[in-house]
Amino acid sequence: MAVLLTKKARVVVQGITGHQGQFHTRAMRDFGTKVVAGVTPGKAGSKIEGVPVFNRVRDAVLKRKANASILFVPAPYAKDAAVEAIEAGIKLVVIITERIPFHDCLDFIPYARSQGVTVIGPNCPGIASPGQGKMGIIPNLIFKEGDTGVISRSGTLTYEIVYAMSQAGFGQSTCVGIGGDPINGTNMVEALTLFQKDRKTSRIVLVGEIGGTAEEEAADFIKKKVTKPVVAYVAGRTAPPGKRMGHAGAIIQAGKGTAESKTKAFADAGVRVAQYPGEVATLLAAA
Amino acid sequence: MKFLEHKAKEIFARYGIPVPRGVLASRPEDIVDPPLPCMVKAQVLVGGRGKAGGIRPAETLDEARRVAGQILGMDIHGYRVKQVYLEERLNIAKELYLGLAIDRSAREPLLMATAMGGMDVEDVPREELFMEHVPAMVGLQPYVVRSLQASLSLDKEIGDQVAAIARHAYDLFRKEDAELVEINPLVVTGDGRVVAGDAKLVIDDNAEYRHPEYTNLDQDRTPLEQEAHEKGIVFIQLDGDIGVIANGAGLTMATLDALNLKGGRGGVFLDLGGTDDPEKVKQAFELLIKAHPSVILVNIFGGITKADTVATGVKQALDEMQATIPVVARIKGVNEAAAKEILRSIGSRAAETIEEAAELAVKLKTGGV
Repeated sequence: MAVLLTKKARVVVQGITGHQGQFHTRAMRDFGTKVVAGVTPGKAGSKIEGVPVFNRVRDAVLKRKANASILFVPAPYAKDAAVEAIEAGIKLVVIITERIPFHDCLDFIPYARSQGVTVIGPNCPGIASPGQGKMGIIPNLIFKEGDTGVISRSGTLTYEIVYAMSQAGFGQSTCVGIGGDPINGTNMVEALTLFQKDRKTSRIVLVGEIGGTAEEEAADFIKKKVTKPVVAYVAGRTAPPGKRMGHAGAIIQAGKGTAESKTKAFADAGVRVAQYPGEVATLLAAA
Repeated sequence: MKFLEHKAKEIFARYGIPVPRGVLASRPEDIVDPPLPCMVKAQVLVGGRGKAGGIRPAETLDEARRVAGQILGMDIHGYRVKQVYLEERLNIAKELYLGLAIDRSAREPLLMATAMGGMDVEDVPREELFMEHVPAMVGLQPYVVRSLQASLSLDKEIGDQVAAIARHAYDLFRKEDAELVEINPLVVTGDGRVVAGDAKLVIDDNAEYRHPEYTNLDQDRTPLEQEAHEKGIVFIQLDGDIGVIANGAGLTMATLDALNLKGGRGGVFLDLGGTDDPEKVKQAFELLIKAHPSVILVNIFGGITKADTVATGVKQALDEMQATIPVVARIKGVNEAAAKEILRSIGSRAAETIEEAAELAVKLKTGGV
């Protein structure tokens, strides 16, 4: 098994007629994913890479039994597209789109969750379960089937780490790019919960970044609930002190959010933390 | 987008939040009719102005001009004061605090208030702090405002004004795509008015397209950063001397971290993000060269951004600008071989891993290779 994405997924690509939608439709199929439909309003009847295009997600669900959606829709239309997918009965929505206004996410992400829909992203590289399928943009060639679960807030850094893992013989059960935005559909703790339960996953890699408290919350959860070995990497030790979100932000973060705080939280939870991305694979070998 | 106090107050006023009368000036001689007696307040995008001497009283027009002359041009935590705001001096009876921010973990806005305003709110004891999440789906419900009001133990007339301000602030927070709305102090005056003494406002950059009226606000960028921003390029100047060009925020940060671990420092970094436009890469690289780095480290993991697109842009920019800055390149992913070939042709040094690339860059800089 894998988490979130298996062979059962019948994927509709929202924004399939754009350059990215088209390119990645091909790549996802090459990875073995069942891409059954595309949606671009006004483009019904055309075909992209042999995939029928519809005006509405509902049509893709009715005619092609789509049950998962991936969004390559420009940021101003992403909320509309996501809500359309939710209302059409899609239960897994992967949002690649970056730069979606936070207030749009405050609207549709809690709504999706209230409807029992899993959202991955936004601003993420998507999910890939080698041997099962891929809903995302990570290059196919870097993956290898295996039993390590990967959870990452970053995009290309995920490529980097997955590549090094595969080279070192650590294949992946599933790689989940949860995204780098402040508000995400699935957080680290939720992804950890899935991997802890998954029988095919024997160990977990976490790729974090500075900002927010996701890593600290993950560390706390690992201490209490995760029995599988975890290796982490945190980017941004030397990043310039970015925009501090005022005093109100400081209250929410309560002294957390820095690379030191995250690294320490992981270490306290028994998680090995790599200094360089390439070191993740080495630490896995020792775990 | 951050907002200077006077601009934030202008927006507050539009939403019905009472603000003191004030006038803006960038030269003492421009000050003609300030509301006297007044406070002369430095307009900078950084906190701690008061402690740094950037907020001072004035009784008369002459004094206002003199004080303004002293504050203008001051350096406050690295920010040069270009404007002062001369504001009606409030007769302060009590200082409150009101704030709205996004709580990432809860995925909801968080409303905060305390009767202990005027100080750093993170120093306010938790039990003195009213905090309530507001689910964006349903909005600010009256019971939340009632409990906020009750928590502050104010007279009814004052409390009602605070309640109205909380509703207006939430309205502003949502409609203006704010990440942060903060009023500290929220002043209760001797004559029973409630007025925003200060105003902090940060608006989500992602929503800039919905608020075109804010696009030209001064964000205290360096000239190169400003040029990059206008071209839609993520470009940040740091205090080191090694130029870093990478794709994706995480990989860029990881590269800076690796440089640091090897004893070097990033001087400027460029995040190419998910672009695959050779022209944009070239523009980005030109900006990087203009920052005069001693070495350039290119770290690309090709995906959406094809590695050879980046290599081509780098080559073109170096050729056109006739620059002779040493380049260390670490290329992986889509079209890796083609990219390596292009970079070899311009004499760049190749590295296999991020660590190797960082080490090589630091050595080149110190003339060790």
